[in-house]
Amino acid sequence: MPVTYEGILEEHSAVRRHVGMFDVSHMGEVEVEGPGALAFLQLVLSNDVAKIEIGGAQYSCLCNEAGGVIDDLFVYRLGGDRYLIVTNASNHGTDLAWLGRWSRGFDVTVRDVADRYAMLAVQGPHARTVLGRALGIALPARMRVSRARVGNRPALVCGTGYTGEDGVEILLDPEAAVPIWAELLDAGVVPCGLGARDTLRLEVCFPLHGNELTPERNPIEAGLGWCCAEPTGFLGSEAIVRARAEGTAEKLAPFEIEGAGIPRQGNPVLTGEEQVGVVTSGTFAPSLERGAGMAYLRADLAEPGTAVEIDVRGKRRAARIASKPLYRKAS
Amino acid sequence: MSEANYPDDLRYHDQHDWVRLEGDDHAVFGITWYAQDSLGEVVFFDPPEVGTTIDKDASYAEVESVKAVSDVIAPMTGEIVEVNDLLQDHPERINEDPYGEGWLVKVKLGAPQEAEGLLGPDEYRKLLENA
Repeated sequence: MPVTYEGILEEHSAVRRHVGMFDVSHMGEVEVEGPGALAFLQLVLSNDVAKIEIGGAQYSCLCNEAGGVIDDLFVYRLGGDRYLIVTNASNHGTDLAWLGRWSRGFDVTVRDVADRYAMLAVQGPHARTVLGRALGIALPARMRVSRARVGNRPALVCGTGYTGEDGVEILLDPEAAVPIWAELLDAGVVPCGLGARDTLRLEVCFPLHGNELTPERNPIEAGLGWCCAEPTGFLGSEAIVRARAEGTAEKLAPFEIEGAGIPRQGNPVLTGEEQVGVVTSGTFAPSLERGAGMAYLRADLAEPGTAVEIDVRGKRRAARIASKPLYRKAS
Repeated sequence: MSEANYPDDLRYHDQHDWVRLEGDDHAVFGITWYAQDSLGEVVFFDPPEVGTTIDKDASYAEVESVKAVSDVIAPMTGEIVEVNDLLQDHPERINEDPYGEGWLVKVKLGAPQEAEGLLGPDEYRKLLENA
Protein backbone atom coordinates (compact mmCIF):
# COMPACT_ATOMS: atom_id res chain seq x y z
CA MET A 1 0.00 0.00 0.00
CA PRO A 2 1.61 3.28 -1.05
CA VAL A 3 1.54 6.37 1.16
CA THR A 4 -0.47 8.14 -1.51
CA TYR A 5 -1.62 7.81 -5.12
CA GLU A 6 -2.45 11.38 -6.16
CA GLY A 7 -2.14 13.34 -2.93
CA ILE A 8 -3.18 12.74 0.66
CA LEU A 9 -5.50 15.75 0.84
CA GLU A 10 -7.46 14.74 -2.24
CA GLU A 11 -7.78 11.18 -1.07
CA HIS A 12 -8.84 12.26 2.40
CA SER A 13 -11.49 14.51 0.95
CA ALA A 14 -12.75 11.80 -1.43
CA VAL A 15 -13.49 9.53 1.53
CA ARG A 16 -15.14 12.30 3.58
CA ARG A 17 -17.31 13.49 0.70
CA HIS A 18 -17.67 10.68 -1.85
CA VAL A 19 -15.98 7.31 -1.84
CA GLY A 20 -12.42 6.02 -1.69
CA MET A 21 -10.82 2.58 -1.55
CA PHE A 22 -7.84 1.20 0.29
CA ASP A 23 -5.92 -1.96 -0.54
CA VAL A 24 -5.48 -3.29 2.98
CA SER A 25 -4.47 -6.78 1.90
CA HIS A 26 -1.51 -6.55 4.29
CA MET A 27 -3.94 -7.13 7.18
CA GLY A 28 -3.74 -10.65 8.63
CA GLU A 29 -6.55 -13.17 9.01
CA VAL A 30 -6.85 -15.99 11.52
CA GLU A 31 -9.65 -18.54 11.55
CA VAL A 32 -10.74 -20.02 14.86
CA GLU A 33 -13.04 -23.01 14.61
CA GLY A 34 -14.33 -25.82 16.78
CA PRO A 35 -16.64 -26.64 19.68
CA GLY A 36 -14.28 -24.81 22.04
CA ALA A 37 -14.03 -21.65 19.90
CA LEU A 38 -16.23 -19.43 22.07
CA ALA A 39 -14.63 -20.48 25.37
CA PHE A 40 -11.16 -19.99 23.87
CA LEU A 41 -11.94 -16.55 22.44
CA GLN A 42 -13.48 -15.47 25.76
CA LEU A 43 -10.09 -16.26 27.34
CA VAL A 44 -7.94 -14.34 24.87
CA LEU A 45 -10.15 -11.42 23.80
CA SER A 46 -11.20 -8.50 25.96
CA ASN A 47 -14.74 -8.08 24.68
CA ASP A 48 -17.68 -10.39 25.41
CA VAL A 49 -17.49 -12.72 22.41
CA ALA A 50 -20.75 -14.42 23.47
CA LYS A 51 -22.55 -11.28 22.34
CA ILE A 52 -21.61 -11.76 18.68
CA GLU A 53 -24.46 -13.29 16.74
CA ILE A 54 -23.79 -15.35 13.62
CA GLY A 55 -23.01 -12.75 10.94
CA GLY A 56 -21.96 -10.20 13.54
CA ALA A 57 -18.72 -8.29 14.09
CA GLN A 58 -17.02 -7.03 17.23
CA TYR A 59 -13.95 -4.95 18.11
CA SER A 60 -11.67 -6.37 20.77
CA CYS A 61 -8.22 -6.21 22.33
CA LEU A 62 -5.83 -9.12 22.62
CA CYS A 63 -4.24 -8.53 26.02
CA ASN A 64 -1.27 -10.00 27.84
CA GLU A 65 -1.55 -11.12 31.48
CA ALA A 66 -0.65 -7.60 32.65
CA GLY A 67 -3.54 -6.16 30.64
CA GLY A 68 -1.24 -4.65 27.98
CA VAL A 69 -2.52 -4.59 24.42
CA ILE A 70 -0.78 -7.12 22.15
CA ASP A 71 -3.08 -6.16 19.29
CA ASP A 72 -6.48 -4.68 18.58
CA LEU A 73 -8.67 -6.48 16.11
CA PHE A 74 -12.05 -7.24 14.63
CA VAL A 75 -13.74 -10.60 15.15
CA TYR A 76 -16.39 -11.81 12.72
CA ARG A 77 -18.63 -14.73 13.57
CA LEU A 78 -19.04 -16.71 10.36
CA GLY A 79 -20.91 -19.69 11.80
CA GLY A 80 -21.91 -21.35 15.06
CA ASP A 81 -18.36 -22.35 16.01
CA ARG A 82 -16.47 -20.44 13.38
CA TYR A 83 -14.83 -17.04 13.80
CA LEU A 84 -12.51 -14.95 11.68
CA ILE A 85 -10.08 -12.51 13.31
CA VAL A 86 -8.50 -9.68 11.33
CA THR A 87 -5.13 -8.71 12.77
CA ASN A 88 -2.72 -5.84 12.20
CA ALA A 89 -0.06 -6.90 9.71
CA SER A 90 2.90 -6.12 11.94
CA ASN A 91 1.40 -8.12 14.83
CA HIS A 92 0.09 -11.06 12.84
CA GLY A 93 2.96 -13.40 13.74
CA THR A 94 2.90 -12.44 17.42
CA ASP A 95 -0.88 -12.86 17.54
CA LEU A 96 -0.71 -16.28 15.93
CA ALA A 97 1.93 -17.47 18.39
CA TRP A 98 -0.09 -16.10 21.31
CA LEU A 99 -3.35 -17.67 20.10
CA GLY A 100 -1.59 -20.98 19.41
CA ARG A 101 -0.09 -21.03 22.87
CA TRP A 102 -3.34 -20.36 24.72
CA SER A 103 -5.45 -22.64 22.53
CA ARG A 104 -3.90 -25.72 24.08
CA GLY A 105 -6.51 -27.57 26.09
CA PHE A 106 -9.39 -26.13 24.03
CA ASP A 107 -11.18 -28.14 21.36
CA VAL A 108 -10.37 -25.58 18.72
CA THR A 109 -8.30 -25.10 15.56
CA VAL A 110 -6.38 -21.85 15.05
CA ARG A 111 -5.48 -21.41 11.40
CA ASP A 112 -3.41 -18.73 9.67
CA VAL A 113 -5.50 -17.83 6.61
CA ALA A 114 -3.73 -14.56 5.71
CA ASP A 115 -2.78 -15.92 2.28
CA ARG A 116 -6.37 -16.77 1.49
CA TYR A 117 -7.66 -13.21 1.55
CA ALA A 118 -7.03 -9.90 -0.10
CA MET A 119 -8.79 -7.03 1.66
CA LEU A 120 -10.33 -3.96 0.15
CA ALA A 121 -11.84 -1.17 2.26
CA VAL A 122 -14.38 0.91 0.37
CA GLN A 123 -15.28 3.93 2.47
CA GLY A 124 -17.26 7.13 2.19
CA PRO A 125 -20.84 8.41 2.11
CA HIS A 126 -21.34 7.04 -1.42
CA ALA A 127 -19.65 3.68 -0.76
CA ARG A 128 -22.86 1.68 -0.57
CA THR A 129 -24.48 3.16 -3.64
CA VAL A 130 -21.39 2.81 -5.81
CA LEU A 131 -20.57 -0.71 -4.60
CA GLY A 132 -24.11 -1.96 -4.92
CA ARG A 133 -24.24 -0.69 -8.48
CA ALA A 134 -20.73 -1.81 -9.52
CA LEU A 135 -20.75 -5.27 -7.96
CA GLY A 136 -24.47 -5.97 -7.82
CA ILE A 137 -24.31 -7.28 -4.26
CA ALA A 138 -26.38 -6.62 -1.16
CA LEU A 139 -24.35 -4.89 1.53
CA PRO A 140 -24.39 -5.73 5.21
CA ALA A 141 -25.46 -3.27 7.90
CA ARG A 142 -22.82 -1.71 10.14
CA MET A 143 -21.03 -4.29 12.29
CA ARG A 144 -22.44 -7.17 10.26
CA VAL A 145 -20.70 -9.53 7.86
CA SER A 146 -22.31 -11.27 4.90
CA ARG A 147 -21.22 -13.74 2.27
CA ALA A 148 -21.28 -12.64 -1.32
CA ARG A 149 -19.79 -13.49 -4.66
CA VAL A 150 -17.33 -10.86 -5.79
CA GLY A 151 -15.62 -11.34 -9.15
CA ASN A 152 -17.44 -14.68 -9.27
CA ARG A 153 -15.55 -15.88 -6.19
CA PRO A 154 -16.76 -16.28 -2.63
CA ALA A 155 -16.08 -13.22 -0.50
CA LEU A 156 -16.93 -11.78 2.88
CA VAL A 157 -18.37 -8.29 3.02
CA CYS A 158 -18.07 -6.57 6.39
CA GLY A 159 -19.82 -3.41 7.54
CA THR A 160 -16.70 -2.07 9.21
CA GLY A 161 -13.94 0.45 8.52
CA TYR A 162 -11.24 2.71 9.88
CA THR A 163 -12.28 6.12 8.58
CA GLY A 164 -15.36 7.22 10.52
CA GLU A 165 -17.37 7.07 7.31
CA ASP A 166 -19.96 4.57 6.19
CA GLY A 167 -18.62 1.77 4.05
CA VAL A 168 -17.50 -1.82 3.94
CA GLU A 169 -14.40 -3.95 4.04
CA ILE A 170 -14.32 -6.81 1.55
CA LEU A 171 -12.30 -9.94 2.25
CA LEU A 172 -11.88 -11.56 -1.12
CA ASP A 173 -9.94 -14.08 -3.13
CA PRO A 174 -6.57 -12.52 -4.10
CA GLU A 175 -7.28 -13.64 -7.69
CA ALA A 176 -10.41 -11.51 -7.77
CA ALA A 177 -8.86 -8.46 -6.12
CA VAL A 178 -7.08 -6.94 -9.12
CA PRO A 179 -10.08 -7.01 -11.50
CA ILE A 180 -12.39 -5.71 -8.76
CA TRP A 181 -10.00 -2.84 -8.01
CA ALA A 182 -10.06 -1.95 -11.72
CA GLU A 183 -13.84 -2.18 -11.82
CA LEU A 184 -14.23 0.12 -8.81
CA LEU A 185 -11.72 2.53 -10.32
CA ASP A 186 -13.92 2.67 -13.42
CA ALA A 187 -16.93 3.31 -11.19
CA GLY A 188 -15.20 6.42 -9.87
CA VAL A 189 -13.88 5.15 -6.54
CA VAL A 190 -10.71 7.07 -5.61
CA PRO A 191 -7.67 4.94 -4.71
CA CYS A 192 -6.32 6.01 -1.31
CA GLY A 193 -3.04 5.29 0.43
CA LEU A 194 -1.64 4.93 3.90
CA GLY A 195 -1.37 8.71 4.36
CA ALA A 196 -5.10 9.31 4.05
CA ARG A 197 -5.83 6.18 6.08
CA ASP A 198 -3.85 7.76 8.91
CA THR A 199 -5.39 11.25 8.72
CA LEU A 200 -8.92 9.81 8.45
CA ARG A 201 -8.57 7.50 11.44
CA LEU A 202 -6.84 10.14 13.52
CA GLU A 203 -9.62 12.69 12.96
CA VAL A 204 -12.12 10.23 14.43
CA CYS A 205 -9.69 9.14 17.17
CA PHE A 206 -9.37 5.48 16.23
CA PRO A 207 -6.22 4.18 17.90
CA LEU A 208 -3.36 2.66 15.91
CA HIS A 209 -1.44 -0.24 17.39
CA GLY A 210 2.21 0.75 17.78
CA ASN A 211 1.21 4.38 18.39
CA GLU A 212 -1.69 4.60 20.87
CA LEU A 213 -1.76 0.92 21.75
CA THR A 214 1.23 -1.09 22.95
CA PRO A 215 1.85 -4.13 25.16
CA GLU A 216 2.87 -1.64 27.89
CA ARG A 217 -0.47 0.23 27.88
CA ASN A 218 -3.81 -1.18 28.98
CA PRO A 219 -7.13 -0.53 27.24
CA ILE A 220 -8.42 1.60 30.14
CA GLU A 221 -5.76 4.30 29.73
CA ALA A 222 -6.29 4.09 25.96
CA GLY A 223 -9.99 4.87 26.38
CA LEU A 224 -11.03 1.38 25.29
CA GLY A 225 -12.78 0.36 28.50
CA TRP A 226 -15.94 -0.05 26.41
CA CYS A 227 -14.49 -3.13 24.68
CA CYS A 228 -13.41 -4.81 27.93
CA ALA A 229 -15.80 -7.24 29.61
CA GLU A 230 -13.86 -8.19 32.74
CA PRO A 231 -16.54 -10.62 34.04
CA THR A 232 -15.59 -13.03 31.22
CA GLY A 233 -12.25 -13.49 33.00
CA PHE A 234 -10.10 -12.91 29.90
CA LEU A 235 -6.31 -12.84 30.14
CA GLY A 236 -5.34 -9.51 31.65
CA SER A 237 -8.81 -8.87 33.09
CA GLU A 238 -7.53 -8.72 36.67
CA ALA A 239 -5.16 -5.90 35.81
CA ILE A 240 -7.96 -4.17 33.92
CA VAL A 241 -10.37 -4.48 36.87
CA ARG A 242 -7.73 -2.68 38.96
CA ALA A 243 -7.03 -0.03 36.32
CA ARG A 244 -10.75 0.70 35.97
CA ALA A 245 -11.30 0.88 39.74
CA GLU A 246 -8.20 2.87 40.67
CA GLY A 247 -7.80 4.93 37.52
CA THR A 248 -4.58 5.18 35.56
CA ALA A 249 -1.73 7.66 35.93
CA GLU A 250 -2.04 8.68 32.30
CA LYS A 251 -4.85 8.78 29.78
CA LEU A 252 -5.04 9.05 26.05
CA ALA A 253 -6.66 12.26 24.84
CA PRO A 254 -7.12 13.98 21.48
CA PHE A 255 -5.90 17.55 21.05
CA GLU A 256 -5.92 20.34 18.51
CA ILE A 257 -3.18 22.88 17.88
CA GLU A 258 -4.61 26.37 18.32
CA GLY A 259 -2.52 28.20 15.72
CA ALA A 260 0.32 27.18 13.45
CA GLY A 261 2.35 24.01 13.79
CA ILE A 262 1.95 20.33 13.09
CA PRO A 263 2.52 17.93 15.96
CA ARG A 264 4.29 14.63 15.36
CA GLN A 265 4.65 11.35 17.21
CA GLY A 266 7.09 11.69 20.10
CA ASN A 267 6.63 15.44 20.67
CA PRO A 268 6.56 16.28 24.41
CA VAL A 269 3.36 17.71 25.92
CA LEU A 270 4.05 20.52 28.41
CA THR A 271 2.32 22.66 30.97
CA GLY A 272 4.70 25.42 32.03
CA GLU A 273 8.14 23.85 32.28
CA GLU A 274 6.87 20.40 33.16
CA GLN A 275 6.54 17.59 30.66
CA VAL A 276 3.13 16.03 31.28
CA GLY A 277 2.82 13.70 28.33
CA VAL A 278 3.86 12.65 24.88
CA VAL A 279 2.21 12.73 21.45
CA THR A 280 1.41 9.26 20.10
CA SER A 281 0.09 10.39 16.69
CA GLY A 282 0.16 13.84 15.15
CA THR A 283 -0.57 15.23 11.75
CA PHE A 284 -2.19 17.99 9.78
CA ALA A 285 -5.89 17.14 10.02
CA PRO A 286 -7.34 18.01 6.61
CA SER A 287 -10.98 18.30 7.74
CA LEU A 288 -10.01 20.56 10.65
CA GLU A 289 -7.41 22.43 8.60
CA ARG A 290 -4.97 22.46 11.49
CA GLY A 291 -2.54 20.31 13.40
CA ALA A 292 -4.09 17.71 15.67
CA GLY A 293 -3.30 14.42 17.30
CA MET A 294 -3.53 12.18 20.30
CA ALA A 295 -1.31 12.08 23.36
CA TYR A 296 -0.89 10.20 26.59
CA LEU A 297 -0.87 12.71 29.39
CA ARG A 298 -1.33 12.99 33.13
CA ALA A 299 -4.88 11.79 33.81
CA ASP A 300 -6.01 15.01 35.55
CA LEU A 301 -5.10 17.00 32.43
CA ALA A 302 -6.80 14.68 29.96
CA GLU A 303 -10.05 16.65 30.07
CA PRO A 304 -11.55 18.49 27.09
CA GLY A 305 -10.71 22.17 27.23
CA THR A 306 -7.41 21.86 29.10
CA ALA A 307 -4.73 24.14 27.63
CA VAL A 308 -1.33 22.55 27.09
CA GLU A 309 1.68 23.19 24.89
CA ILE A 310 3.27 20.81 22.44
CA ASP A 311 7.01 21.02 21.88
CA VAL A 312 7.21 20.71 18.11
CA ARG A 313 10.89 20.49 17.20
CA GLY A 314 11.85 23.05 19.81
CA LYS A 315 8.92 25.42 19.22
CA ARG A 316 6.13 25.55 21.75
CA ARG A 317 2.72 25.34 20.11
CA ALA A 318 -0.43 26.13 22.06
CA ALA A 319 -2.89 23.24 22.04
CA ARG A 320 -6.18 22.33 23.66
CA ILE A 321 -7.41 18.93 24.76
CA ALA A 322 -10.50 18.10 22.74
CA SER A 323 -13.31 15.60 23.04
CA LYS A 324 -13.62 12.55 20.83
CA PRO A 325 -13.98 12.51 17.90
CA LEU A 326 -11.93 15.46 16.64
CA TYR A 327 -13.99 15.45 13.45
CA ARG A 328 -17.74 14.99 13.51
CA LYS A 329 -19.81 14.72 10.38
CA ALA A 330 -22.21 17.58 9.78
CA SER A 331 -25.59 15.85 9.90
CA MET B 1 1.30 19.73 -9.84
CA SER B 2 3.27 20.95 -12.80
CA GLU B 3 5.91 19.03 -14.77
CA ALA B 4 9.50 18.93 -13.55
CA ASN B 5 11.33 22.10 -14.54
CA TYR B 6 14.48 23.95 -13.54
CA PRO B 7 14.56 27.48 -14.97
CA ASP B 8 17.75 28.67 -16.64
CA ASP B 9 17.92 31.98 -14.79
CA LEU B 10 18.25 30.36 -11.34
CA ARG B 11 21.16 28.92 -9.37
CA TYR B 12 20.70 25.71 -7.36
CA HIS B 13 21.94 24.27 -4.09
CA ASP B 14 22.37 20.50 -3.78
CA GLN B 15 19.86 20.45 -0.90
CA HIS B 16 17.18 21.35 -3.45
CA ASP B 17 16.92 25.08 -3.04
CA TRP B 18 16.97 27.67 -5.75
CA VAL B 19 18.37 31.21 -5.74
CA ARG B 20 17.32 34.13 -7.91
CA LEU B 21 19.99 36.82 -7.71
CA GLU B 22 18.65 40.39 -7.68
CA GLY B 23 21.16 43.21 -8.10
CA ASP B 24 24.58 42.86 -6.50
CA ASP B 25 23.68 41.70 -3.04
CA HIS B 26 20.06 40.54 -2.87
CA ALA B 27 18.42 37.23 -3.70
CA VAL B 28 15.15 35.31 -3.50
CA PHE B 29 15.21 31.73 -2.18
CA GLY B 30 12.81 28.87 -2.67
CA ILE B 31 12.68 25.10 -2.99
CA THR B 32 12.96 23.28 -6.29
CA TRP B 33 10.35 21.36 -8.22
CA TYR B 34 12.04 18.15 -7.09
CA ALA B 35 11.88 19.19 -3.41
CA GLN B 36 8.18 20.04 -3.47
CA ASP B 37 7.39 16.88 -5.43
CA SER B 38 9.24 14.68 -2.94
CA LEU B 39 7.51 16.37 -0.03
CA GLY B 40 3.98 16.14 -1.41
CA GLU B 41 1.22 18.62 -0.65
CA VAL B 42 2.70 21.35 1.53
CA VAL B 43 0.33 22.31 4.34
CA PHE B 44 2.57 24.52 6.46
CA PHE B 45 5.51 26.86 5.98
CA ASP B 46 7.27 27.99 9.13
CA PRO B 47 9.31 31.03 8.07
CA PRO B 48 12.18 32.74 9.84
CA GLU B 49 11.63 36.28 11.13
CA VAL B 50 12.68 39.29 9.13
CA GLY B 51 16.13 40.35 10.39
CA THR B 52 17.28 36.80 11.11
CA THR B 53 20.79 35.99 9.94
CA ILE B 54 21.03 32.73 8.05
CA ASP B 55 24.11 30.66 7.31
CA LYS B 56 24.86 28.85 4.09
CA ASP B 57 24.15 25.11 4.37
CA ALA B 58 22.21 25.49 7.64
CA SER B 59 18.45 25.13 8.14
CA TYR B 60 16.55 28.43 8.16
CA ALA B 61 12.89 27.36 7.84
CA GLU B 62 10.61 24.33 7.79
CA VAL B 63 8.11 23.14 5.25
CA GLU B 64 5.65 20.44 6.14
CA SER B 65 3.43 18.17 4.15
CA VAL B 66 0.71 16.03 5.70
CA LYS B 67 3.17 13.22 6.30
CA ALA B 68 6.53 14.83 6.89
CA VAL B 69 8.45 17.88 8.00
CA SER B 70 11.53 19.03 6.13
CA ASP B 71 14.24 21.56 6.91
CA VAL B 72 14.91 24.21 4.32
CA ILE B 73 18.64 24.71 3.88
CA ALA B 74 20.04 28.17 3.19
CA PRO B 75 21.83 28.12 -0.17
CA MET B 76 23.75 31.30 0.73
CA THR B 77 24.60 33.41 3.79
CA GLY B 78 22.62 36.56 4.50
CA GLU B 79 19.89 38.35 6.40
CA ILE B 80 16.17 37.84 5.86
CA VAL B 81 14.58 41.05 4.56
CA GLU B 82 11.19 39.69 3.57
CA VAL B 83 9.18 36.48 3.91
CA ASN B 84 6.40 35.42 1.57
CA ASP B 85 3.30 36.14 3.64
CA LEU B 86 1.02 34.59 1.04
CA LEU B 87 2.27 31.18 2.17
CA GLN B 88 0.72 31.56 5.64
CA ASP B 89 -2.72 31.01 4.16
CA HIS B 90 -1.69 29.32 0.92
CA PRO B 91 1.26 27.02 1.56
CA GLU B 92 0.08 24.97 -1.45
CA ARG B 93 1.55 27.65 -3.71
CA ILE B 94 4.93 26.04 -2.99
CA ASN B 95 3.65 23.03 -4.93
CA GLU B 96 1.74 24.89 -7.58
CA ASP B 97 4.33 27.49 -8.46
CA PRO B 98 7.65 26.75 -6.72
CA TYR B 99 9.62 29.39 -8.66
CA GLY B 100 6.91 32.05 -8.71
CA GLU B 101 4.23 32.63 -6.06
CA GLY B 102 5.79 29.87 -3.98
CA TRP B 103 9.04 31.74 -3.26
CA LEU B 104 10.03 31.58 0.42
CA VAL B 105 12.24 34.52 1.47
CA LYS B 106 14.17 37.53 0.22
CA VAL B 107 17.67 37.89 1.56
CA LYS B 108 20.36 40.58 1.75
CA LEU B 109 23.41 38.51 0.92
CA GLY B 110 26.36 38.46 3.32
CA ALA B 111 28.72 36.87 0.81
CA PRO B 112 27.48 37.33 -2.77
CA GLN B 113 30.53 35.45 -4.11
CA GLU B 114 28.99 32.25 -2.71
CA ALA B 115 26.82 32.24 -5.84
CA GLU B 116 29.79 31.02 -7.83
CA GLY B 117 29.76 27.76 -5.88
CA LEU B 118 26.09 27.04 -6.66
CA LEU B 119 24.93 24.74 -9.44
CA GLY B 120 23.56 25.72 -12.81
CA PRO B 121 20.30 24.08 -14.01
CA ASP B 122 22.14 21.41 -16.03
CA GLU B 123 24.40 20.51 -13.14
CA TYR B 124 21.42 20.33 -10.81
CA ARG B 125 19.50 18.09 -13.24
CA LYS B 126 22.54 15.84 -13.45
CA LEU B 127 22.64 15.65 -9.65
CA LEU B 128 19.02 14.52 -9.61
CA GLU B 129 19.64 11.89 -12.27
CA ASN B 130 22.48 10.42 -10.22
CA ALA B 131 20.57 10.57 -6.95
